[in-house]
Amino acid sequence: MTASTVSTQQGKIPLWRDERFLRAATQILSAAIILGLLYWAVSNFLYITQQRGMPLTYGFLKDPAGFPIAEYYIDYDPTMSFGRAFQVGLINTLVVSVVGIFFATWLGFFVGLARLSTNWLVSRIALAFIEFHRNIPLLVLLFLWYFGVFTKLPPVKESIALPGPIYLTQRGLYITWPRLSENGNIFIICLVIGTILALAAFNILRNIRVKTGRTTHYLPISLGLLFFIPAIGWILSGGSPFWLDEPVLQGFNYKGGLRLSPEFAALTVGLTTYTAAFIAEVVRAGIQAVQKGQVEAARALGLRPSQVLSLIVVPQALRVVIPPLISQYLNLTKNSSLALTIGYQELFAIGKVTINQAGRAVPVFLMVMGTYLAISLITSVIMNIYNRRVQFIER
Amino acid sequence: MKTAPELTAPPAPPGPIEWIRKNLFSNWFNSVLTLVALVFLYFVITATLRWVLFTADWRPVTVAPLLFLVGQYPREELWRPGLCLLISAFLIGMSWGVWERYVKAFAVFLAFLLAGLALFPLETPTITLTIRGVFLTAPALIYLGYRLGRLQAVTGRLVTLLWIVAGALISLVLLPGIPGIPGLNTVPTTAWGGLLITLLLAVGGIVLSFPIGVLLALGRRSSLPVVKVFSILFIEVIRGVPLVTILFMFSVILALFLPAESRIDRILRALMGTVVFSAAYMAENVRGGLQAIPPGQVEAAKALGLNNFQITTLIVLPQALRLVIPAIVGQFIALFKDTTLVVIVGINDLLGVGNAVLKLQPEFFRLQMEVYLFIAAIFWIFSYFMSHASLQLEKSLGVGER
Repeated sequence: MTASTVSTQQGKIPLWRDERFLRAATQILSAAIILGLLYWAVSNFLYITQQRGMPLTYGFLKDPAGFPIAEYYIDYDPTMSFGRAFQVGLINTLVVSVVGIFFATWLGFFVGLARLSTNWLVSRIALAFIEFHRNIPLLVLLFLWYFGVFTKLPPVKESIALPGPIYLTQRGLYITWPRLSENGNIFIICLVIGTILALAAFNILRNIRVKTGRTTHYLPISLGLLFFIPAIGWILSGGSPFWLDEPVLQGFNYKGGLRLSPEFAALTVGLTTYTAAFIAEVVRAGIQAVQKGQVEAARALGLRPSQVLSLIVVPQALRVVIPPLISQYLNLTKNSSLALTIGYQELFAIGKVTINQAGRAVPVFLMVMGTYLAISLITSVIMNIYNRRVQFIER
Repeated sequence: MKTAPELTAPPAPPGPIEWIRKNLFSNWFNSVLTLVALVFLYFVITATLRWVLFTADWRPVTVAPLLFLVGQYPREELWRPGLCLLISAFLIGMSWGVWERYVKAFAVFLAFLLAGLALFPLETPTITLTIRGVFLTAPALIYLGYRLGRLQAVTGRLVTLLWIVAGALISLVLLPGIPGIPGLNTVPTTAWGGLLITLLLAVGGIVLSFPIGVLLALGRRSSLPVVKVFSILFIEVIRGVPLVTILFMFSVILALFLPAESRIDRILRALMGTVVFSAAYMAENVRGGLQAIPPGQVEAAKALGLNNFQITTLIVLPQALRLVIPAIVGQFIALFKDTTLVVIVGINDLLGVGNAVLKLQPEFFRLQMEVYLFIAAIFWIFSYFMSHASLQLEKSLGVGER
């Protein structure tokens, strides 16, 4: 800035040394190059598509898809449209991601804590788990689980029975699963109401306690709400809101129970163990980031060990853990696209079949990429809001 | 030098019994944990050993070791990948000599790995004495390069130049061949495969994405709104979608956006996808380094009268890039593992060769566990030792620079 004012006093500055001109020129030039490339690519594309007769429209989404999908959570059959198939794929992706994230978080925290155990052997076993998973490609791990384990399970007649009972067979996992009985929804409604009321009571009463110092018994009251309202629901629903749906061998296959296909099982187990290894490292780093002095100071203040953990260590560790944890969750969601190699039909796999069936590579592809992008952006926005709440307010 | 006679020896390390008591049986809970872990380990280890030594059928892995190394590369032209290996080994040795601590751990690991491969007892006629000889020569060349690299006359600039020349020679001349030159018959990329492809894609991906990543990182921090917006858009879009979609885009969709008559080689398309993907992550790594440079550096450079270009290339980048070397090594390991995804677009990398081997003979059909475990082991060894080397590097960087 000062340079330009000095030189304007001396007279006109040459164009190539005028900072404002240079800035504008750089921007125009880079925009021109990028837009020019885009224009060139798009015009090529339009020419090719015009020749082959596959315009960039989305009308084909209403055409019947004509291909079967093995697993779906909303009604689907091949006579339904491509758009419907796309929705099925999206839901399949979300289901496997949510299930994977749930188990990966538990397993990851468990392994991460085991890694920090004072017991040398436990810590080493956790380290072996982490190092095994972190150093092999996810795709190889998925192949190992799918081709090496889940498709090598015995046929239905000789299935392996685990306590539960859970039956492991070539055709998938059959799991005894609790299902809602006739009046079960009364219990569910009461459970939801009880949880909401308990949370509200806990927060409000604790705030009063923190602000005024009055004894509000927030813990027993909220726990009582959490217990008694569902208990009333339990009685209202006739004493048995659930019944156990047990798989039974009938003819050549099991009937009843919850069936997980080998594809889904392999994908979930593979994604879970792989991501858990990374989450374990994140958790370990987070807990180690809490300074020793913090724990010592808390003890010196007379906090009990449980209070040290819940009031001092965990809140500070979370601050470090949350951002990388979010990126692990996103990685898991993106990695679920590898499912197409083992035949679980999620978003990308269905996109690929649609391209083959409908012959519209670009529109389908834009949809698939756009969906992944939207999932990523929405997750990071939500998680960033949460993250801002747990962040330290630094002074 | 001053001596300190009053120094007492540090307390002796605890004896094994003391150690066991402290680390395994410090209280009743730990004792129970230890016993449970021991039982668990006993069952896991015995079951694994029994399977590996007796049950498993390793024929698909041992029957065609060359397939895993170079794929279908013509067997009469094997001297070309062999020569590539020797050139690379020599240059890795030279790099070790010049940048001592940066490369040491990796070079030593590679030397031992190659020597181990050369001496591995495997009775297949395809592994001739010549091939074993090449594998045994490579560690020797690494050491020779190291001695040469330590000479005063050999500078980092010279070695960098040699690497660029060698890289071009390997990827443009030696491996594909040049039509019309006797002895260098063209080998179509469809014949390339195995570890060769995996390494080419990973190394090519990281090297080519480096300049793009640096430019994007600078663009993201630029004060020019147009440049900044384009950089952010590129980085965030690429980071928001899975690698599979990018590879698929380059292998299938790209052709629709190019002039109708243009044909791009299959492997080149996969490489382009890898580079684009890697560049976005590289940009974020480099940005981390740029942010770590204190603003006083730029202000001091301005006060000295340097212009923006000079400030970036002479002051900011050299410091920032040194900081991000460990992160880039980490990214390289991730990319090395991620290259397996190219099987999805039909390229015969290590994993693709594994799939092919399973179809080689009918009785291999159900031996997936063995083949995929073998491939996992290869990746594991490479990744584990690279991350180990990266850890050493981080330590030495921390001691030396800060």
